[in-house]
Amino acid sequence: MTGDRLIIGGYEFKSRLFVGTGKYKDFAETKKAIEASGADVVTVAVRRVNITDRSKENLLDYIDPKKYTILPNTAGCYNVEDALRYARLARAAGVSDLIKLEVLGDERTLFPDTVGLLEAAKILVKEGFIVLPYTNDDPIVAQKLVDIGCPSVMPLAAPIGAGLGIRNPYNLKIIMEMVKVPIIVDAGVGTASDAALAMELGADAVLMNTAIAGAKDPIAMAEAMKYAVLAGRLAYKAGRIPRKLYATASSPIEGML
Amino acid sequence: MTEAIQIQVNGEPRGCRPDATVGDLLRELSIKTERVAVELNLEILDRKEFDHRSLKPGDRVEILSFIGGGS
Repeated sequence: MTGDRLIIGGYEFKSRLFVGTGKYKDFAETKKAIEASGADVVTVAVRRVNITDRSKENLLDYIDPKKYTILPNTAGCYNVEDALRYARLARAAGVSDLIKLEVLGDERTLFPDTVGLLEAAKILVKEGFIVLPYTNDDPIVAQKLVDIGCPSVMPLAAPIGAGLGIRNPYNLKIIMEMVKVPIIVDAGVGTASDAALAMELGADAVLMNTAIAGAKDPIAMAEAMKYAVLAGRLAYKAGRIPRKLYATASSPIEGML
Repeated sequence: MTEAIQIQVNGEPRGCRPDATVGDLLRELSIKTERVAVELNLEILDRKEFDHRSLKPGDRVEILSFIGGGS
């Protein structure tokens, strides 16, 4: 699969697995899991520095921004104003112009507020950000995000952290067929087969955090996800056989006694 | 010695020298300026400004950085 590169907003990636850095036991485990995943893109959150305990280590001491593409998010933002503020702070902190834009609509589902998302995306694209929006599995909204200038869209597979897998494969498939930018399936993956299914449907990449960090053995799961994404991608490119209701023998009849 | 002024840093009250800059505050807190973002009264500062922006009584400073996160 060398040469099967993913290009988004001028960035080129070898791996089609994007990983988050939340919920790990410590930074050492985060680092090992990310290495095992083979990911090039690593998401991070922007938060207040702990000024009372300066002995605390910094995530980026473990995740080298020269080695990985750091993708800051606007997680935890429930309105346009907050999302813009966090995006601008992320850029000021100086790793890149990339932003994983989240405008959430509800605390229980963490579903995107797509009205707010479109508004925030429009402003950030104008400000020169490379906006990767976390959105619903809604093809119309996905297309609107592309029209605004997002170089990729990231529809959810299931609610963030739910581990339910691909809840609406048909909508995702429609997005992949309708929208002519790389599609990253973001959120909801539970295990390796979910990631493989996303890729088999034609996703260009899969983004996950909890499925790896929350596994009993996160480092082993990170490796499983690496192979799942590779296998799913290969299967998609190879072209699966059509589904049929009845059997077709694979051994010839000719030459039988 | 001039009397300290009161400012707010990441939501907590804090005293600082009346002629201190944002850069001085970061050094005092042992915060490396690379990969932090600083907001002074809701205005995001360019890193080059840190040593030129002095702090006034009542200023609200927010210092942010990257932490682990997914969605």
